[in-house]
Amino acid sequence: MASSFLSAASHAVSPSCSLSTTHKGKPMLGGNTLRFHKGPNSFSSSRSRGRISMAVAVNVSRFEGIPMAPPDPILGVSEAFKADNSDVKLNLGVGAYRTEELQPYVLNVVKKAENLMLERGDNKEYLPIEGLAAFNKATAELLLGADNPAIKQQRVATVQGLSGTGSLRLGAALIERYFPGAKVLISAPTWGNHKNIFNDASVPWSEYRYYDPKTVGLDFEGMIEDIKSAPEGSFILLHGCAHNPTGIDPTPEQWEKIADLIEEKNHIPFFDVAYQGFASGSLDEDAASVRLFVARGIEVLVAQSYSKNLGLYAERIGAINVISSSPESAARVKSQLKRIARPMYSNPPVHGARIVADVVGNPVLFNEWKAEMEMMAGRIKNVRQQLYDSITSKDKSGKDWSFILKQIGMFSFTGLNKNQSDNMTNKWHVYMTKDGRISLAGLSLAKCEYLADAIIDSYHNVS
Amino acid sequence: MAIRNSLTGQFLRRSSVAGARLMSSSSSWFRSIEPAPKDPILGVTEAFLADQSPNKVNVGVGAYRDDHGKPVVLECVREAERRVAGSQFMEYLPMGGSIKMIEESLKLAFGDNSEFIKDKRIAAVQALSGTGACRLFAAFQQRFHPNTQIYIPVPTWANHHNIWRDAGVPMKTFRYYHPESRGLDFSGLMDDIKNAPDGSFFLLHACAHNPTGVDPSEEQWREISSQIKAKGHFPFFDMAYQGFASGDPERDAKAIKIFLEDGHLIGLAQSYAKNMGLYGQRAGSLSVLCEDEKQAVAVKSQLQLIARPMYSNPPLHGALIVSTVLGDPDLKKLWLKEVKVMADRIIGMRTTLRENLEKKGSTLPWQHITNQIGMFCYSGLTPEQVDRMTNEFHIYMTRNGRISMAGLNTGNVGYVADAIHEVTKSF
Repeated sequence: MASSFLSAASHAVSPSCSLSTTHKGKPMLGGNTLRFHKGPNSFSSSRSRGRISMAVAVNVSRFEGIPMAPPDPILGVSEAFKADNSDVKLNLGVGAYRTEELQPYVLNVVKKAENLMLERGDNKEYLPIEGLAAFNKATAELLLGADNPAIKQQRVATVQGLSGTGSLRLGAALIERYFPGAKVLISAPTWGNHKNIFNDASVPWSEYRYYDPKTVGLDFEGMIEDIKSAPEGSFILLHGCAHNPTGIDPTPEQWEKIADLIEEKNHIPFFDVAYQGFASGSLDEDAASVRLFVARGIEVLVAQSYSKNLGLYAERIGAINVISSSPESAARVKSQLKRIARPMYSNPPVHGARIVADVVGNPVLFNEWKAEMEMMAGRIKNVRQQLYDSITSKDKSGKDWSFILKQIGMFSFTGLNKNQSDNMTNKWHVYMTKDGRISLAGLSLAKCEYLADAIIDSYHNVS
Repeated sequence: MAIRNSLTGQFLRRSSVAGARLMSSSSSWFRSIEPAPKDPILGVTEAFLADQSPNKVNVGVGAYRDDHGKPVVLECVREAERRVAGSQFMEYLPMGGSIKMIEESLKLAFGDNSEFIKDKRIAAVQALSGTGACRLFAAFQQRFHPNTQIYIPVPTWANHHNIWRDAGVPMKTFRYYHPESRGLDFSGLMDDIKNAPDGSFFLLHACAHNPTGVDPSEEQWREISSQIKAKGHFPFFDMAYQGFASGDPERDAKAIKIFLEDGHLIGLAQSYAKNMGLYGQRAGSLSVLCEDEKQAVAVKSQLQLIARPMYSNPPLHGALIVSTVLGDPDLKKLWLKEVKVMADRIIGMRTTLRENLEKKGSTLPWQHITNQIGMFCYSGLTPEQVDRMTNEFHIYMTRNGRISMAGLNTGNVGYVADAIHEVTKSF
């Protein structure tokens, strides 16, 4: 009988993974590979039944060389929070909206839309690959405005995606396939998954300066310099509003200058719009940056999400829009986006798309939705104000904390470093990510004073 | 100042279309993008919809229809929806999906008393129906076994090629369908398994093969399992029709049971599109059987790492329906009853179609219509005969001769039999 041999697992970089770095310059490996394992029975369980195994050696499983993937840092925060027994603990790592009682919230319009579906007895048939037509129409109109010339001229290719992430991934795959070698510029810092998305789509990326730790504000000059220095025809990933994780957005004047530069360099903007309506309470205000670029005739990609503004988190509803300069190329782009989606999941989930189409397409529900978004955004604004008031009334050092009020959206970058963030957790039972980001959605007015005490102590007493 | 941490991606595949070039702002970034080819199955349905004939029949459809040609929502699904409506927060699921749905899915596939489940040796994640499960596994294979290829039966579901190709896995084929007998090319299949390099990945349809409807017999499955084991190949099962094929979920999972009894560790894609009629809800799961719990935890963590940059986490609603139906004894009983009704109706249509053909005096052999299983029938019609079916009789099907039995009903089966006889009879 032929003998089998075992090979040791190696940790060489897989050909499919790009080498990437964090903005601190540390190398990260995207995956591992195994050497080819030869020999019969390599997939057999050593506990096979029904037959007496005559093999002397038990072969190593094909999966033995697969290492544990690194734990997700944000999920780790929530898990540590759950394990804490303190009465005063706060979860500021949460990435979803909470009420003043810190409970999950299902919007009333969503409940109404679900009841409408039950009453209608909708079927469960496959959607087209591009998604629900009524949803695609509603989402493009919400983003651009129903009267936008780009919509009237049919220059918008919209494909329903698996929330923001799935939409970004479709856009990234389109870049990989039709702009091979083109580079994507990502803000420093950005949402952690952006890098994973472009890595897995095999799209090279680098960073442009965005956050200024000295002012806890926008490093606008650094941003402009880096976008100017990028090779012509680069893709520039821009957060449409409510930048994650910093909460720092350009001003309207700054957006104009960014658009000027992108036109000058012939770059193409790729907007991530995950918070329209949820950021300021106004759908139009939050879409202003995207509309500005489109009004200038700049071709853009835009990923949308309804996780936050409609609270549809787990229903996975979003869209990728490509606004092109001609209806013919928009149609071709759409056909290729469908071609990318088909081997990924065939067609998108129907439930949440119907909710969005029913809410956005029904004037009564639409107005109720706007009121609820204003309420959610208003609560977060109140919390920001209360937190700022508490900190400034307690902190006598003269430090400028106004960045808390200038930031927008669910997240606030506090400027705390890793040691200070650890102190927040270990001493004060406040759970947040190590980059100093806090989710204001996890904060109630009643807890602002407590959090202010924690921040002041960590900032001044921990170096 | 130079861009910090600038990197160029490695191993980028070159597109067949010329890459983006410098262009003036008046040109379109998307000018060089070509239209994707038309989907042939969608084309059939579109042509059907455009046809004005009152006699038209769509047997290209890939979803179940009742005896009136209407989509069906199972009563157990309606009841589950009533129960979950308003009682769930729409919070993100974990990256791996709904734990309850996964638990119920594993029991359905492997049995309530499975030792794999008890020993926690299965790495399982919720997926976007069967397609999403196959894609996750293909990406996993590419990442952790980059020098292997996937062997795909001839023919197979068209999207299988797209899935593994887009995941970057090289594909090879193995013989499956035997056109002369309209059955299984068993000896060709066994030869191809034997001749494949040791440790290859084999894609197997667990039951109700799509598009042919041809399945191995139990004895044949045992020999396939034995040969795959002898070669150290890895079997990946696509099980999209459990319960829907024969009406009995246990019987439909027989091939999997045979492989497990032989000591295989398998991969498995499950779909609830057909057997629960959840098509557009995209409910499915991917399982990978492992040596021990530690390995299962590691494999699952890597599957989640693949899913996160694809869609972050899977959709909730379909998972709630599945876990509610399978988790409640009464609803599960109702589901089993309803899935049998669907399977029996299709089996009945197969019988009736064959009977009508033989009654019309057709001298051709039509046993394959009743020998095949599941939604699809590989009729054996040639592309020219298919064209005649469409042009002369307004009957729409794909040019490979595949007939979706779901599109047949007591109102049109006689008409379809007449047409088949007409285009196949010799003069």
